[in-house]
Amino acid sequence: MATPLVVSDVAKSFTMHLRDGIKLPVVAGVSFSIRAGECTVLGGPSGAGKSSILKMLYGNYAVDEGQIIVTHDDGLIDLATASPRTVLAIRRQTIGYVSQFLRTVPRVSALDVVAEPLVERGEDREIARGKARALLAQLNLPEKLWALPPATFSGGEQQRVNIARGFITEHPILLLDEPTASLDARNRDVVIELIAAKKAAGVALLGIFHDHDVREAVADRIIDVTAFAPGKIAA
Amino acid sequence: MTDEPLLRVAALSKFYGSRVGCDNVSFDLWPGEVLAVVGESGSGKTTLLNCLSTRLLPSSGTASYRMRDGQFRELYRMSEAERRFLMRTDWGFVHQNPADGLRMTVSAGANVGERLMAVGDRHYGRIRATAVDWLSRVEIDEDRIDDEPRAFSGGMRQRLQIARNLVTGPRLVFMDEPTGGLDVSVQARLLDLLRGLVTDLGLAAIVVTHDLAVARLLSQRMMVMKDGRVVESGLTDRVLDDPRAPYTQLLVSSILQV
Repeated sequence: MATPLVVSDVAKSFTMHLRDGIKLPVVAGVSFSIRAGECTVLGGPSGAGKSSILKMLYGNYAVDEGQIIVTHDDGLIDLATASPRTVLAIRRQTIGYVSQFLRTVPRVSALDVVAEPLVERGEDREIARGKARALLAQLNLPEKLWALPPATFSGGEQQRVNIARGFITEHPILLLDEPTASLDARNRDVVIELIAAKKAAGVALLGIFHDHDVREAVADRIIDVTAFAPGKIAA
Repeated sequence: MTDEPLLRVAALSKFYGSRVGCDNVSFDLWPGEVLAVVGESGSGKTTLLNCLSTRLLPSSGTASYRMRDGQFRELYRMSEAERRFLMRTDWGFVHQNPADGLRMTVSAGANVGERLMAVGDRHYGRIRATAVDWLSRVEIDEDRIDDEPRAFSGGMRQRLQIARNLVTGPRLVFMDEPTGGLDVSVQARLLDLLRGLVTDLGLAAIVVTHDLAVARLLSQRMMVMKDGRVVESGLTDRVLDDPRAPYTQLLVSSILQV
């Protein structure tokens, strides 16, 4: 089976220069790969470094050492050392990301927030809006909200906008940072369906899910992040 | 997307006597890319912008610009007339204070139309129609076209300055604190407008700002300057979410949360 993302020996720490330069190791020796058509789940308690790993895979956090090899544009690229321009191209074409919170832009409607990633990839704006409408309807976001900027929406409504925005594209790799955290049961089930559809389409998913039922429903494999605790690498 | 940058900057330095303006700055800028240059007052960001836009000549270093014919030209070796032509046609410069970029005593329409005439358009009806179109794109009512910018609010003046700069279809726009000195609500509207225009027109832009939120909203890449040097650069969200240089950490940790 294809492995579009291979992580080997990645380490990450934060150096706090404002706190006398203390170094906070986060993870070390992170090695795993994810497979097309599967949903891999990062497991472990809060603070184990799950979100940090996702952020490194998206180029949002810098990597201290190790490699993150992505299949991109018919070639292999090490995201850990890629130029900003390459990381942007990878985000546009290859790796999608559903963050926990929506970063809202003033004055842009929910519908256009959702359609934007498709438009950026060169899709016609009306076709993109059509797909956005279908997703927002599937996620039960009331139609009267579609034309409004999401800044004033409730947490659950914002998260559904965020999910629709993340799922609208056909990225071969999709990272999910707790996409169901503030959803009710009905909408959690919709997200489970959406993930199943992505798997069927051959997308490689990697996610963090604190919700036990969701994790049970979507996970093909669970990677225990505590194995990558910084003290453990010698073992 | 083309595989060649629009602007290549190598080891650019500007000294004012023994004082450092900017020191050894290098980067490439690609079409459609927005680069934010951040840092506090005196960090050299405006000196850098003025050197890049050839309003100042650097002490050393090079900057080459890919002309519309695809050839790279070294900016500091061009004649004054060539540079002025570039500035009028292919580039825009949005000043922090609109009064520096506008002619305050001619009408709004003339402010926009003047740039078109500078590139050779002589047809009055067409110039006026284009001016009306651009005023509406920056959300200024058509019935204000004959008013002088003196009669405009700060936010309107800034929008007019943007229209004046973009009307000739530039490929590169320099912006110096484009939202500085505006009320926050006016700022949000302007940012939103800028963001839309930059995306729709595929502009490359270099935006100098001390406001990290402005950098986050507008730019894909960021350079952090201190004492004339670039202390950190990279993807905007990476620099802001995982700042590595001590100075960037200080900047990021100083943002007030609302």
